[in-house]
Amino acid sequence: MPDLSINFAGIKSPNPFWLASAPPTNSGYQVMKAFDAGWGGAVWKTLGVPVVNVSSRYGGVNYRDKRLVGFNNIELISDRPLSHNLREIEEVKKRFPNHAVIASLMVQSRQEWHDIVRASQDAGADGFELNFGCPHGMCERGMGSAVGQEPKVLQMIVEWVMEVAQKPVIVKLTPNISDITEPAMAARRGGADAISLINTIQSIVGVDLDKYAPYPIVDGKGTNGGYCGPAVKPIALNMVKNCAQHPDVRLPISGIGGIENWRDAVEHILLGASSVQVCTAAMHFGFGIIREMTAGLEQYMVEKGFNTIYDFVGKALPNVLHWEDLNMKYKVTANINEDKCIGCQLCYTACEDGAHQAIKLNAGTRVPEIIEENCVGCNLCSLVCPVEQCITMEQTDSGTEHLTWKERTEAGTAPTEFEDEKAGGRHHWVPEPSAALGKERHKTLPGKARLYSGETEVPAGA
Amino acid sequence: MAEFSTPTTEQQFAENFAQLKPVMNRTEALYESSRCLFCFDAPCIKACPSGIDIPQFIRQINSGNDTGAARTIYEANYFGNACGKVCPTEVLCEGACVYNLQEVKPIEIGRLQSYATTKAIKSGKKLFGPGEDNGKKVAVIGAGPAGISAACELRTLGYEVDVFEAKAQPSGLTVYGVAPYKITNEETLAEMAYLQSQFGYNVHFNSAISSRDELAGLENKYDAIFLGIGLGKTNELGLPGEDKINCTGAVEFIAELRQHHHEVAVGRKVIVLGGGNTAMDAASESSRLGAENVILAYRRAKEEMGAYEFEYDLAKGVGVKGLFNVAPVEITGNGYVAGVKFIRTETKDGRVQEIAGSEFIEPCDMVIKATGQAKQTEFLNLIPGLKLDNKGRIIANAHTGQTSNPKYFASGDAWNGGAEVVNAAAEAKLTARGIHAYLSK
Ligand SMILES: Cc1cc2nc3c(=O)[nH]c(=O)nc-3n(C[C@H](O)[C@H](O)[C@H](O)COP(=O)(O)OP(=O)(O)OC[C@H]3O[C@@H](n4cnc5c(N)ncnc54)[C@H](O)[C@@H]3O)c2cc1C
Ligand SMILES: Cc1cc2nc3c(=O)[nH]c(=O)nc-3n(C[C@H](O)[C@H](O)[C@H](O)COP(=O)(O)O)c2cc1C
Ligand code: SF4
Ligand code: SF4
Ligand code: SF4
Repeated sequence: MPDLSINFAGIKSPNPFWLASAPPTNSGYQVMKAFDAGWGGAVWKTLGVPVVNVSSRYGGVNYRDKRLVGFNNIELISDRPLSHNLREIEEVKKRFPNHAVIASLMVQSRQEWHDIVRASQDAGADGFELNFGCPHGMCERGMGSAVGQEPKVLQMIVEWVMEVAQKPVIVKLTPNISDITEPAMAARRGGADAISLINTIQSIVGVDLDKYAPYPIVDGKGTNGGYCGPAVKPIALNMVKNCAQHPDVRLPISGIGGIENWRDAVEHILLGASSVQVCTAAMHFGFGIIREMTAGLEQYMVEKGFNTIYDFVGKALPNVLHWEDLNMKYKVTANINEDKCIGCQLCYTACEDGAHQAIKLNAGTRVPEIIEENCVGCNLCSLVCPVEQCITMEQTDSGTEHLTWKERTEAGTAPTEFEDEKAGGRHHWVPEPSAALGKERHKTLPGKARLYSGETEVPAGA
Repeated sequence: MAEFSTPTTEQQFAENFAQLKPVMNRTEALYESSRCLFCFDAPCIKACPSGIDIPQFIRQINSGNDTGAARTIYEANYFGNACGKVCPTEVLCEGACVYNLQEVKPIEIGRLQSYATTKAIKSGKKLFGPGEDNGKKVAVIGAGPAGISAACELRTLGYEVDVFEAKAQPSGLTVYGVAPYKITNEETLAEMAYLQSQFGYNVHFNSAISSRDELAGLENKYDAIFLGIGLGKTNELGLPGEDKINCTGAVEFIAELRQHHHEVAVGRKVIVLGGGNTAMDAASESSRLGAENVILAYRRAKEEMGAYEFEYDLAKGVGVKGLFNVAPVEITGNGYVAGVKFIRTETKDGRVQEIAGSEFIEPCDMVIKATGQAKQTEFLNLIPGLKLDNKGRIIANAHTGQTSNPKYFASGDAWNGGAEVVNAAAEAKLTARGIHAYLSK
């Protein structure tokens, strides 16, 4: 049996799955229920000077038949009295001494930071997470992402906290910034023990077409909120990777953003996270999802022969290069498996309108044909094909050549001027613009009163 | 024993004849429409006789534009709601859906179609209207799918249209013939009312055109006459005993059923003669009316039946038994039907041959003849110069619908010899344009 337990910057947890600071960790009741269900840790809903929330406060992005592929909120930090939260933290720790309880904090002055760190330390918290990420409401008061966006301020606050903290300190970063490694490095300079990312992304999830207001709507009005859920995972993964690869960050990373199942978690871990946090998925499906997550992670580790989480933290990082270091001699070409093809011709339109006109249709069959000379191996057709393994990208280069953009630049064989013959596009086949006109099959399909012609059947009286 | 108990109330009738394709709710429509791939040059469109832009309307449903979806459907097919429920989608649009090739359930195109159009009908939204009055008039005989579709299209082209219908309700066999588990009377008539309110044609009910004088009157008063008269009564078999009480034609039996529901009596043991879709309907319907035993008797082998496979499966599913390679020779009984005397047959070189001495009597108390509908040749012969082919079908140009009497145009069952609602609707639309081309010359 693989060992799922972690020691994250000194915070011990029976598994790497933590509930992120959010509504699911709003109370002792919820956190105990979650630990009972199998979660390894919980970052308490952010403590600070009490606030008042509005209603409604959540917005969703539904895609076709899927609900909440994206989620946003305009909620603030905990709106419960600090003393209630602290008493409950104490009780949770009493009953679950081996689980991780992390106090998320957000206040303004040095004195306030000192007070709240000491108070939550006394309540028994295993560590702190400094919320420098909230992109709405709090930032307007100079907290949350307003701090996350100012590395100098961030560093100063971390230093204040370190003056009193006797437990590990995690800095939670905002993605609302152009280079995530800058606040990450500031956190390190300030003496933080770890970072966690990402907090929510400033967003408007939609606009009501009848009320002319953004969601969520509060008495006919709305404001920008923080975006999260499955849709933000790609952004989170990239930011986790950036921090993990940066030589001056070198802090343990708690990965957050779009984690809904064990696969999402493994992806975060492969890119450098060593604990993961979950919010939207727990809000959507409840604490019970942890069973699938731990079971899946365990199964993955058994199959790969990993004994501990640390066996694969950052394992994908060596394969994430800069664009200029990719091998330009590597070539793939699309290949259609005729037996699997169902003739939807989505690949044809995608390539014709959205790529390189490298697929053609032949009379008498609905199976399209790849025009190999024109195929640049972009992958689009295989991405749109609805049949598993029907379009595969087959390697067509010799496999012996290797040349990168950097090498070309260094060798002086990279194009440098606008009309340069060395530009890659020159040798791709492109039809003359006028050939686009009058293509009967590209015109909008019948719809309006397509005439019924008895051509296919022999009309009785004709 | 019977699978269905005899319905004695409207509610029990509705249970026994529960809709095979109930109208979807919003969630169902959202989920189902999500699956459509939006195929290029979509095969489903080609398989629909009326050429509805299916991926387009499905995408409109998916994006919450149900009204736009209804418009897309009606632009191609005025019986959009009915067709969604009564079309043999298994062999038309849904049969062509590419998902079949992936062994995945095809998109439920018919139900999505009814979903969008039902919403439009219920909302009463004005989606269409008549075109600018062009001062010309067309008479339409028959308010079936062909006649009503022609009327709608002619109105958009600016004609004044008077429809003459023998019966008391519009939509022809859609309300007098199609099985009640495919569509309800309310649904059919709601679509008819919607179309009439959108296009504003006149319908004269209980107004059969039956004499030369009446035709002459129309010829004088109108610029063109559209024949959408469909087919006639059930064919006579010419068997001894065919006049016995409880020996009835399928078309007549079903018309009764559609109008009077559970008040229609069925025998305990019913024999349905025939192997077409109407025979399957009549057998299913008898069973759902509580008949204890329903036998479907066909003179050739099972595989040679004209009915769609899914229609036979449907009948089998409600307990109908097949009896194949038998030909009826006599309806027995004393005043009332008591049985059918059959002779066994075999097919040799494609021809049915009777096996001498193999006669037997299958007892029953009701016989339903589903042996095809007669043509209305007597009526059609009143039209000067109108030519019929050797099967009694009106001869007309496949694209314009014009008959050999230039003033007369035809579509639907009377022209094609009997097909589906969707064919009648599609042909009539085309013919209305043929009329327009002719009168615009
Ligand atoms: C039992 C049965 C079940 C069927 N089930 C299906 C099904 O499930 N799905 C499907 O798509 N199709 C089905 N069909 C076929 C479909 O109903 C027809 O193809 C379609 O109705 C043909 O339309 P039409 O307008 O040509 O003729 P009809 O629907 O027959 O309409 C003709 C109209 O003209 C009227 N009329 C006739 N003569 C005159 C006259 N001289 N003066 C005034 N009015 C006249 C009639 O009263 C009738 O209303 C079924 C047919 C039958 C018989
Ligand atoms: C394959 C690809 C290539 C792109 N190339 C460029 C580019 O060369 N220049 C540019 O300004 N944006 C480029 N974009 C970004 C798009 O213009 C657009 O801003 C982005 O895809 C977001 O829009 P969308 O998701 O609604 O399509 C590219 C996007 C894609 C997917
Ligand atoms: S997208 Fe795939 S299934 Fe569809 S036509 Fe292309 S190869 Fe065939
Ligand atoms: S009209 Fe009938 S065949 Fe055409 S798309 Fe609709 S259900 Fe399918
Ligand atoms: S064939 Fe099926 S998947 Fe393709 S457009 Fe038609 S309904 Fe959609």
